This record gives sequence, structure tokens and C-alpha cells, in this order.
Amino acid sequence: MSPVLSVEDLRKLYGEAVAVDGISFEVGRNEIVGLLGPNGAGKTTTINMVLAVLEPSGGKIFIEGIDIAEYRARALEYTNFAAVYAPLPGNLTVYQNLRFFGMMYAVKQLRDRIEALLEQFDLQRFRDVKCGVLSSGEQTRVGLAKALINDPQLLLLDEPTASLDSATARDIRARIRENTARGTAGVLWTSHNMYEVEEVCDRVLFLSRGKILLEGDPKTLPGQHGKETLEELFVTVAREPLTLERV
Amino acid sequence: MIAMNFKRVAAIMLRQFYLYRGSPVRVVPLFAWVTVDIVLWGFITKYLNGIASPGFNFIPALLGAVLLWDFFIRVMQGVTMAFFEDVWSRNFLNIFATPLSISEYIAGLVLSAIATSSVGLVVMLVLASLVFGLSFLVYGALLIPFLLALFLFGIALGIFACGMVLRFGPASEWLIWPIPAVLSPFAAVFYPLSTLPGWMRVISRALPASYVFEGMRTIVAGGALSGTTLAASNLLALAYILLASWFFTRIYYQAVRTGLIARYSAESVS
Repeated sequence: MSPVLSVEDLRKLYGEAVAVDGISFEVGRNEIVGLLGPNGAGKTTTINMVLAVLEPSGGKIFIEGIDIAEYRARALEYTNFAAVYAPLPGNLTVYQNLRFFGMMYAVKQLRDRIEALLEQFDLQRFRDVKCGVLSSGEQTRVGLAKALINDPQLLLLDEPTASLDSATARDIRARIRENTARGTAGVLWTSHNMYEVEEVCDRVLFLSRGKILLEGDPKTLPGQHGKETLEELFVTVAREPLTLERV
Repeated sequence: MIAMNFKRVAAIMLRQFYLYRGSPVRVVPLFAWVTVDIVLWGFITKYLNGIASPGFNFIPALLGAVLLWDFFIRVMQGVTMAFFEDVWSRNFLNIFATPLSISEYIAGLVLSAIATSSVGLVVMLVLASLVFGLSFLVYGALLIPFLLALFLFGIALGIFACGMVLRFGPASEWLIWPIPAVLSPFAAVFYPLSTLPGWMRVISRALPASYVFEGMRTIVAGGALSGTTLAASNLLALAYILLASWFFTRIYYQAVRTGLIARYSAESVS
């Protein structure tokens, strides 16, 4: 089966500074891939390039086999995202935001889709409430509902549970896992919560200084590198990436 | 030629509709300022008619000019206000990560401007004719090309202004509001072009609005207006729309290249 996302030798330079340094990876169907790394490692830069809001300095991105550089709109029809730093307009209600973005993705039977998502994310009572007055956890749920409005084949989640309490975060993780297992979609997930990553991700990529340093199963990867936990491995990647480059 | 998805264009308009429906603060400016202008200039023209020598009617010459100029400003601001909504709600990342194309976005802004500026135009037409007796029969059928030229020029300037704000960040919004005031002396809204010094007239000739106001005065004075001049002003305005769209598109791609779209609130990426 062809991958949902295929990234080949992706680079981003800001003048002399290298933000992403020739990374290649894939996200398969029914697969949740964790993109991990310390702040400034290049995770959000990579996501922005996949979303076509940042032009790569080199390399290729294919979503459902479609080259995003050549057929941006077609490729983005299969994509959606949620990120804590991109809240939906606070001056529109939950329903209005979902309708607006549903139309942006030309979703068919949009009313039914919105109702299903309101129910799935327990948002019915906030239907006519402006997003700006919702709590950060509720806003996150609206953001996730928007991210699933077009039933995307590729879902990009940049720290999706960062502002949620543990119970809600667990619930959201379960829903996304269930959603991914059901269809043919893949998910690229960034998080600093290693417990979450271990629970959700089928595979992780450790990014440091714009390069993929490690790749593997989050449950077995720490042991392969002489670490007890994923958290410990993360700290090593953040502080001493060179020691791992030689492994 | 890029195919447009009208659902996405409609979405941009629908968003504006939701915002206006939910906020009287947004609705009032659609007609409040034009009402103030028409009332103020209505009385000024009445006064001037009273003290000037008989034979010249200031109402079609001055009040008509104010009406047309306000319409132009409303059209321009209709485009920029719709764009500013995305600036104020920090929505660029959300909307430009969708399949929305630049042409669809601009089309949505323009259609929103048509809707909002129509409200102001209707209020002005009603007020000027019912309260101050402005008769549009004076201009005849030429009122349509007059309005069209100003509408097209307003759209062009609005798109250009959006490009400016996209390039220089949210704080550059203050550069946009005075644009009509800066242009008005060159557009010769209230006086003949011959009043201006040579260097100002050169700039005036590049503005479609100046042909409209010059033409309007010619008709009011009982002269004949060249259809070619009027057509040229409309074509010039159309050319400006193409130029402004090119400018906006270029600025957008530059913002995608530098990463400004994703970090717009930072105003610059350097």
C-alpha cells in the first residue's frame, strides 16, 4: 500500500541557518508517526512545509502520491491539521467555524458531518458559543473537530493535547487512535509528552538540529539505545545528540 | 487559467456574513459615515446654492461627487475589512493550510466588498435624492460607468492595500486608512483638473477616479462627454486590478517562502 505522506530529502534554510536538513520519511496507512525532538529541532517547520504554508528550500513532499509543490490544492484536500498555536477565530461560534472550514474543504453533506463531529467531541452544548469564550481544552476539541471535518487521509497534529487535562487527553488519544484504525488515514503527531507518544504512536522519528537522528518503535527504541524510558532517550537527544549519532 | 471552487469563495463571504450578523459594531459603519458625509455636504451645497449666483446647481456637482467618492472608499474598505478580519483573528495559518487558492481568496474578498459597499451606496442614494433632491437624471445612463470605474478602482486599491499589510504586518494597517484621503486631491473630486499644477495633473491622469469626476462636472455643466475617455478609465481600473492581484500574489508567495504566513503576528521573520 502506498504511503499517505512521503517526504524526500526535505530542506529548509533561513539564510545560512539550517532549520531542516534533508530529512526523508513516510507515514503509512493506519499509522500514527510521532515527530519528536527538543524545541527548535525542526518539527513545526516540517509540519508547516507539509501544509504548504512554508516553501521548502529543497526536497519533495507527496500527499497521497500528489506532489504538493505542483498540485497544492489537490494535495491539501486530503490533509488537515490541529495545533495549539493556530486556534480557530474566536469571533465565530463552534458551528460557524466548522461550517466555514467544511466549505473550505468542499465537504459533502456538511451538516451531517458537523453534527457527527459535535457529538464525537462532546461539543453539542457549545454549538452556538463563540470559540473565543471556550476554555483552552474546549477550544482544543473544536480544533480537533475542524481537523477531522474533511475526514483527512493525512492528519497533522502539533501537540494536540498540550492544554488538556489528563482524562480529556486520554479520551482524545483514544478517539484519534480509533479514527486512524478505522479508515485508511495516517497521522503525523508531535508531542513533548513521552507517555502519550508511547501510548499513541506506532513509530517515532527523533529530530535534532533539523535531522532525523533515530527512528523506530517507541516501546523498543529506548532499550536499543541503552535507555530505560522514552523520556530518558528524549533528554539524551535534546542534550547530547552527538552521542546518539554514533550509535 | 486556475479553476475556482465556488464553495470556497462562498465560504469567505459566509464568514463575513456571520461576523456582520453577530456584531452591530460592524454593521453601523457600513452606513454611519456615509450618512454623516451626505448630510454635511447636503447642507453645504444647499448653503452654496443660496449664496452663489443663480444658474449653477451645486447639488449634482458637489453632493454627487461626495456620493461617488464615498462609494469608492466603501468599496476599497470592503476588501480591506474582510482581509483584516483574518489579520485580527490570526487566521492565516488556518485558511492558507486549506486548499483555498489566492484567486479564490481574492474573489471572496471582492464579493464581500460588493455586498458591504452596496449597503452604503443604497443609503447614500436614498438620502441624497429624498432629503437633498439630488436627481440622478442629470448624469443619465453615464452614472453606471461612473460607478463601475470607481468600483473597479476601489477593488484594485483594496487588493493592493491587503498586499501591503501582508507584507509589512498587522501594524501597517494604519498606512491603509489614509490612502483615499491622500488620493483625493489628485482625483480632483471637488475641482476641475485644470486647477492642479502640472505635476499633480500627471498623477491625476493615472487615476481612473479623476476621469469620472471630470466627466461628471462636464455633464453637469451641460457639456458632452467622450465615451472613449470613460471606457479608458474603466480599462485603466481593470488593469490596476490585475496589477494589484499580481502584487498580492507575489507578496503571498514571498510570505510562504520566508515563513511569514505561519508566523504572521511576529510581523517579520528577520
